[in-house]
Amino acid sequence: MKRRSATLVAAPWLFTVGFFLLWEIACRAFKVSSFVLPPPSLIFAAMGQFAGPLTYHSLHTLWMTLAGFGLAILFGLLLGIALGASRLVQVGTYPLLIGFNAIPKVAVVPILVIWFGVGWLPPVLTAFLISFFPIVVNVATGIATIEPETEDVLRALGASKWDIVRKVGIPRSMPYFFGSLKVAITLAYVGSVIGEYNASNVGVGNLMARASADFNVPLLFAALMALAILGVVIYLLTVWVERRMTGWAQRSNFAAA
Amino acid sequence: MAGVRAPFVALDDVTHVYPGAEDGAPAVESLSLAVGEGEFVAIVGPSGCGKSTVMKLATGLQFPVLGTVTVAGERVTAPVKLAGMAFQNPTMLPWRTTLQNLLLPLEIVEPHRSAIRRRKAEYVAKAEGLLTQVGLKGQGERYPWQLSGGMQQRASLCRALIHEPKLLMLDEPFGALDAFTREELWCVIRDLHAARGVTVVLVTHDLREATFLADRIFCMSARPGRIVAERVVDLARPRDLEVTYTPAFVGIVQELRAHIAQARIAA
Repeated sequence: MKRRSATLVAAPWLFTVGFFLLWEIACRAFKVSSFVLPPPSLIFAAMGQFAGPLTYHSLHTLWMTLAGFGLAILFGLLLGIALGASRLVQVGTYPLLIGFNAIPKVAVVPILVIWFGVGWLPPVLTAFLISFFPIVVNVATGIATIEPETEDVLRALGASKWDIVRKVGIPRSMPYFFGSLKVAITLAYVGSVIGEYNASNVGVGNLMARASADFNVPLLFAALMALAILGVVIYLLTVWVERRMTGWAQRSNFAAA
Repeated sequence: MAGVRAPFVALDDVTHVYPGAEDGAPAVESLSLAVGEGEFVAIVGPSGCGKSTVMKLATGLQFPVLGTVTVAGERVTAPVKLAGMAFQNPTMLPWRTTLQNLLLPLEIVEPHRSAIRRRKAEYVAKAEGLLTQVGLKGQGERYPWQLSGGMQQRASLCRALIHEPKLLMLDEPFGALDAFTREELWCVIRDLHAARGVTVVLVTHDLREATFLADRIFCMSARPGRIVAERVVDLARPRDLEVTYTPAFVGIVQELRAHIAQARIAA
């Protein structure tokens, strides 16, 4: 039992290191041009060489992502509560919401550029637009699925609709909400990079646009690597917040088994 | 003995059809019953007969299509605000500790609602007192999902009583429990009723439960529900579990059983 759990702890590291080793070996064995696919050693070297700019642009991307994500949380919570609490709002806005969500957000970036020019607004807004939908849907679901008996208990006490939403609906939608944050943060990240790529002078997206124009492939891959690391970090951050906030919802051993 | 007192809850020739009922068939039809203040009444009947509908009508969660519902001398046009409810499902909120669950009604009902911050210590003491009364002393800090089904049901009863309601509505509260726990909780309810003089309406399909607890039992017909029989339980109080093995008790249960059987055949 003990040995098995030690293996489990080591497994992610072993697999990750193995992946890069295989990549390195394959690049050398098949003599792949570093212009097409640079070996990890070259990418890591580029990361060292461009550590300064990479950090600077990564922090900017992180800031854009979190700003857009913050807006999405605020707007998503409000709209989700309205949708969950009122059947009328839900039925009325659903076609609009679905239609809006169906639009690929890349297509919105040119409009944002016309409105706001090149700068920090297009990445933030792209991140926001792309990431609020899952939050809305999940919060609305959490509130709309209050057990009828719980509602009866409270209504028989004279509770108003808002009382029920506040005391039961919102707390019970929190596991859904935090679950949706894991999806939303990833989407917001995609959104901010797209926004930066097309309409910004800073950020990893912009750095990649410039590296791509210069055919600086190692830098391009170094930037990708930075994106991956940053992505993992912000994902873990939301998971950590979720655990802290809704421990009561993860009481079953189902996922652990 | 019940007829002497002025009715506290009265359903008068009530017919109810749920909005959105596909067949438009009434859930209850021309149903009348009256419950005196402080009385313990049980409603029994075949499943699907509209027992729960009676509860919803009496608490103002539903309004009848025909007839009137009166509670505490006033016609019911909104949820009654003085009722405590407990269901088969304990409906404890999992993100609150048991104690916080108990305090929930006080966060809703006036005058406690506006005093909850000021009188918090007093309310907590009251909740702990109730928990002790039902045998859950010191369990308040645990979450409901850390308690067994029977313990959760006890806590649910406490929550229904914390704001000292005039009316306690119990909808098959022990349906999901094992026989031993159920009998234990019968005694808990019996003692709470005796100590507080609260009016209780118990909906159940367990005839022994109804006979053991109630002053009066109403038998309902199959859907659309109406009252087909009324039986006063004249067993002396306080009742012990031993009473359930006496011929008088068994006689009442069998009599009720015959009514229900008839109601099912008639359906």
